[in-house]
Amino acid sequence: MALTLEQVKQIAYLARIGIGDEDAARYTHDLSSILDFVAQMDAVDTTDIEPMAHPLDLPQRLRPDEVTEENQREKFLAIAPAVENGLYLVPKVIE
Amino acid sequence: MEWEPVIGLEIHVQLLTRSKIFSGASTAYGAPPNTQACAIDLGMPGTLPVLNEAAVRLAVKFGLAVEAEIARRSVFARKNYFYPDLPKGYQISQYELPVVGKGHLTIHLDGREKRIGITRAHLEEDAGKSLHEDFHGLTGIDLNRAGTPLLEIVSEPDLRSPEEAVAYMKKLHQLVVWLGICDGNMQEGSFRCDANVSVRPLGERAFGTRTEIKNVNSFRFVERAIQFEIERQIRVLESGGTVVQETRLYDADRDETRPMRTKEEAFDYRYFPDPDLLPLVISEDFIEEVRRELPELPEARYRRFIEQYGLKPYDAEVLTATRALSDYFEAVVRQAACDPKLCANWVMVELSGALNRAGLEIDQSPVDADRLAGLLRRIADGTISGKIAKQVFELMWDSGKDADTLIEEKGLKQITDAGAIEKIIDEIIAANPKQVAQYRAGKEKLFGFFVGQVMKATQGKANPQQVNALLKEKLQGGG
Repeated sequence: MALTLEQVKQIAYLARIGIGDEDAARYTHDLSSILDFVAQMDAVDTTDIEPMAHPLDLPQRLRPDEVTEENQREKFLAIAPAVENGLYLVPKVIE
Repeated sequence: MEWEPVIGLEIHVQLLTRSKIFSGASTAYGAPPNTQACAIDLGMPGTLPVLNEAAVRLAVKFGLAVEAEIARRSVFARKNYFYPDLPKGYQISQYELPVVGKGHLTIHLDGREKRIGITRAHLEEDAGKSLHEDFHGLTGIDLNRAGTPLLEIVSEPDLRSPEEAVAYMKKLHQLVVWLGICDGNMQEGSFRCDANVSVRPLGERAFGTRTEIKNVNSFRFVERAIQFEIERQIRVLESGGTVVQETRLYDADRDETRPMRTKEEAFDYRYFPDPDLLPLVISEDFIEEVRRELPELPEARYRRFIEQYGLKPYDAEVLTATRALSDYFEAVVRQAACDPKLCANWVMVELSGALNRAGLEIDQSPVDADRLAGLLRRIADGTISGKIAKQVFELMWDSGKDADTLIEEKGLKQITDAGAIEKIIDEIIAANPKQVAQYRAGKEKLFGFFVGQVMKATQGKANPQQVNALLKEKLQGGG
């Protein structure tokens, strides 16, 4: 399955990864090869096979509704690039 | 041309759990910023989300209440997008396999009933909050809300007017609060609404292009936003244009909707199953256990009130607005053992009026059901008139005493002794010869004047029916 250059640029944009034109061309080739590799699965007859949502064939375990976490704000704030009054600061979101 | 609006609502209901949907951090509202955002909520590497049992239970409870299919197996998916209040870069939600499938809810509007389809309801986590006050040109982020459990309830496009949309929204709000799965607090964002709106020529079956109005957080604004959007789309179509599929924001100050994102930036969420979470499997036992916890539902109680107590539909609707109010009303009926309509009137008019004036909820009422019933028994057995009962009610409200004590203390017992009432009437007739003459000459409006005089002389304690009968007799009788 061949991806187009535009698709690769769009994927990079959605993932917020900056790639140059030269890289984009190479990724277009490499990503297409990966898709081709996976596409071999299309040849397998999967009639009567229920799709799995997870490689482990187990149900989700549930946790009792209890507050078990303590406030560790200062530790988390300490590793953030910019903080003020207990808030994380980020570049302005809206004009 | 005549146009028909087609509306569907997506409502986000914050579930009433103590801890978050995937972590043990508290969900309490109003804590100092970021004190309830733990490593899991922050999306720190190496953490693993584990699903909260209560969130599942509350979702199933909702599903059963709207007679929906409960998925025995549902799957959590990642909805990928970047925004600063979403630390992981994706929201854990459900996509192809939601926990609650097709159900329905009945709305009442102008004496009509209409069944509105519910497409699905799925569990997901909430995002944090962006604070746009100026922090030196930066935005502040509070992640306390990140990871709070939400149930997103999606309706079928069955709504045909802004009024129907609001009736549905109110009905859903009533239900989730009634079930105790949500506190319903719209100011704090516990119940939020997005509306999908389109119009089509009346009689056309295909849907028109829809727009989505985001995050409208009051019943009134939902109605106005949808109304505006319908009119806008009709204007566009009638002037030969086409409606663009887009997300719009409602601006309450200007009463209009505006585009929020342009088409080029349209989101592509790239949903895929979250590898951190296994499929959610719900057993029959679990479902039956939740079913047994279900209270009588508002719609069932509404119908029962009409049937069992002979209430008018409007009164039954008012009295089942909340579970607490309907419980209160039934307690009064049970204990007063008198005409349920008398009980309904007192709960709806006197009690609700007093609560409104005091800014109190029914469960904060200074007069409990027991004491109100005690008062109504005295109206029913003729000890006091309805008018005196209002006085007693006010005294009960302020004093905490019961009706019998107050009637005794204040000497408010009704005068039913015909001889005593006659004597007072005779005195009044003697003292007001001019009015008597006018009345007898045909000015019948003056009857009220005489009733007033008798009531004044007895401080309102004379039995009104007796006063009316005796006055009529005496005023006509003499010459």
